[in-house]
Amino acid sequence: MKRYFGRKLLIYALTFFIAVTINWMIPRFMPGNPVDIMISRAGLRGSAVTQMYSYYMDAFGLDQPIWKQYLNFWIAIFHGDLGTSIFLFPTPVIQVIKDALPYDVALLLPSILLSWFAGNKFGALAARNKNLDNTLLPIGYILTAVPYMWLGILLAWVFCIVIRIFPLGGGYDFSMQPSYTWDFYWSLFNHWVLPFLSLFIVQFGGWAIGMRNLIIYELEADYSHFLEALGAPRKLIRNYAYNNAILPQVTGVALQIGVIVTGALATEVVFAYPGIGYLILQAIHNQDYFLLQGCFLFVVIGVLIANFVVDIAYILIDPRTRAGMTGGAE
Amino acid sequence: MSLKIENLTIYYQTIAGNVRALEDASFSLADGEIMGVAGESGCGKSTLSNSLIYLHAPMKYIRGRVFLDGEELPIHDTQKMNPFRYKKISVIPQYAMNAMNPTKKIGRMVEDLLKSRGENYKEILPEVKNRLELVKLSPDVLNMYPFELSGGMKQRMVMVISTLLDPSLLLADEVTSALDVSSQKAVAEMLVGFRDKKIVKSIMLITHDISILYQTANTIMVMYAGQLAEKASTETIIKAPRHPYTKLLISSLPTVGVRISENRLAGIPGNPPLLLNPPTGCRFRDRCPVAFAKCAEVPPFVEIEKGHFLACWKEGKAHA
Ligand SMILES: Nc1ncnc2c1ncn2[C@@H]1O[C@H](COP(=O)(O)OP(=O)(O)OP(=O)(O)O)[C@@H](O)[C@H]1O
Ligand code: SF4
Ligand SMILES: [Mg+2]
Repeated sequence: MKRYFGRKLLIYALTFFIAVTINWMIPRFMPGNPVDIMISRAGLRGSAVTQMYSYYMDAFGLDQPIWKQYLNFWIAIFHGDLGTSIFLFPTPVIQVIKDALPYDVALLLPSILLSWFAGNKFGALAARNKNLDNTLLPIGYILTAVPYMWLGILLAWVFCIVIRIFPLGGGYDFSMQPSYTWDFYWSLFNHWVLPFLSLFIVQFGGWAIGMRNLIIYELEADYSHFLEALGAPRKLIRNYAYNNAILPQVTGVALQIGVIVTGALATEVVFAYPGIGYLILQAIHNQDYFLLQGCFLFVVIGVLIANFVVDIAYILIDPRTRAGMTGGAE
Repeated sequence: MSLKIENLTIYYQTIAGNVRALEDASFSLADGEIMGVAGESGCGKSTLSNSLIYLHAPMKYIRGRVFLDGEELPIHDTQKMNPFRYKKISVIPQYAMNAMNPTKKIGRMVEDLLKSRGENYKEILPEVKNRLELVKLSPDVLNMYPFELSGGMKQRMVMVISTLLDPSLLLADEVTSALDVSSQKAVAEMLVGFRDKKIVKSIMLITHDISILYQTANTIMVMYAGQLAEKASTETIIKAPRHPYTKLLISSLPTVGVRISENRLAGIPGNPPLLLNPPTGCRFRDRCPVAFAKCAEVPPFVEIEKGHFLACWKEGKAHA
C-alpha cells in the first residue's frame, strides 16, 4: 500500500513539476514583453515610459536573471502568489481565479457525476433491451463524437437565439449585482443550464456506450456462462455483470478527466461563462501572461487532484487491487 | 438407467450454414457409471455436453430426446430446462479457472447462487464445509476472492459448487487439462470419490488425456466428426477396440499417459472432415483403411456384445 502510494505520489509530483516548468517557460520565451505591451497600450510617452517600465519590471520581477525568476516562481507558487494580473491590474491573479473557480466547479462536478450515473444506468438498460440498444447505439456514438464546442454552439443557437428560453453570455444577468436573493440565484441557474447541458450530453453518450459494451462483455464472461448453466436467474447474472462493469467505468473517469476539462473550457468560451476557460480566452486576448499561467496551473492541479481521487476510489472498490495492496505478497 | 439419449442432433447456425456438430447420438449411462468421452478436437464432445445443460445460440436443437432418471429433459426449451439445471444435471465447465465472479468473495457468490435457486444457504453451509474438506480445501476459502486461489484450488472449488445440490448427472469437460500432473490425479480421484459417496449418480467425463480415463472411467465413448463410433468398458476400448478409428486412435498412443492429439492423429492419413458439409454415410470413410461400398450409408450404433456399442459396417457385420 505504502509503496503503491509512494510511486503514485512521485508520478504526480513529477507531472506537477514538469507542468509548472513548462507553464513558467511559455510566456517568458514567447516574443513580446507584457510590460512593453501594457505601456504601449497606456499610450505613455517620454520619461513616463521608462519610469513605468522600471516600476513594472520590478513589480513583476522581470529584471532578474532567468534562474532567479524560475526559483522565485516556485517560491511564489508555494505562497499562493501567482503574480498580478495585467489585464485586471492590480487584482492578484489568485483572486481573479478564485472568483472564476466556483463557475468551473458548478459546471464540472454535476456534469461529470450526473452523466456518469445516468450513462451507466442507461447503458446497462440498453444492454438488455434490443430496441433501446438499436436507438441508443447510434445516438450515443454521435454524441460522443460531437466536439463540446460544436454542441455548445448548437444549443446556444437553438435555445438562446431561435427560441429564446435561456439567456446567452455571462454567469448571471449583467443588470444584476451578486446578492443572496432568489432572483439572483434564478439568474445564475438560467445561465448555468446550457453550458451544463452541453457538457452533460456529450459525456452521457460516452458513459452509456462504454457501459453497454462492458456489460455485454461481462455477460459473455465465463462466470456468467457458468451461472447460466447452473440455472441462476437473469437478474443475478446481470447484477454481477453490472457491478463488474462499473469498475472500468471508474477508471474511465480518470482517463477522461483531461478531455472533459478541456471540453468545459471550450464550452465556457462559447457561452462566455465566467469560469477559467473564459479567463484563459481573456488572458490570451490581452496578453496577460500571469493570468494565463495561473489558469493553466489551476487546470493542471485540478486534473491531478481528480486523477488522484479516482485512483483511490478504484483501489477501494476493486477487491483485486485492494488485496494486491494489503496482501504485501510482493 | 441414469441417462438415456435418443438420436440427439445438434447443429451450430453460422452464416456459412449449419455446422453439423452432433448427429443422431444414441447412448445411455448406467447408475454409478463414469463414462469418458474421447475423440479428436472438434469431434463434438463439448457440443454433446453443453447441449444437455444449456443449449443456446448459435447451438440449435434439431432432433432427439434426452431422459434423466426416467424423466424427459426439455433441453430445447431454455426456460423449462431451468428447474433441472444444477439440481438434476450439473457441469464443471471447461473454463473452471474463470468460472467464479472475480470480484465477489467465493462464499458470497455461493450464497447468491443458492438463494437464487431457492435453497437456504444457512442450512447448506455445514454441508459446504464437509465438501470442502472432501476436496482438501479449508473453509477459509469462502472468505476469499477467486484470484487468491491457485488454479488447482479454483478447480476444486468449482467442483464443490457444481455438485452442492447432489445432481444426478455431472458433466465434466476437460477438467484436468489446465492442471499439473499431480493436481490432475487428485481431481480425477475426487471425481471418483463424489460418485462413490453418491454425491452424483453418474459422470460424463470429457478429456484428451487417456491416462485420466484409464484411471477414472468405467466406460469410454469414442466420437468421430460428430458421430458416435464406439462405446465399451474402458478395458475393452483400450485392449480390444473394434472400430477402425478407435483402433488407430489407441495404437497411435505408444504408451498410456499420452494425450490424444489436439489436432490430427499421427499415423492416420488425412484430416477429420469439416462439419459444415460433412460426407454422407460414415464420416470416417475417407480415412478408413477398410472402407467399402456400404459405408456410404450411415452405420447404426448397435450393441455387438453386452455393453459394447459400435457404428461400423465392416466390424459390426461380423457379429450381426
Ligand atoms: N460457436 C460455434 N459456432 C460454430 N461452430 C462451432 C461452434 N462451436 C463449435 N463449433 C463446431 O462444432 C464442432 C464440434 O465442436 P466441439 O466444441 O463440440 O468439439 P470438442 O470435441 O469439444 O473439441 P475440443 O476437444 O477442442 O474441446 C467443431 O467442428 C466446431 O468447429
Ligand atoms: S463404417 Fe465403413 S468407413 Fe466407417 S469405420 Fe466402418 S468400415 Fe470404416
Ligand atoms: Mg470441447
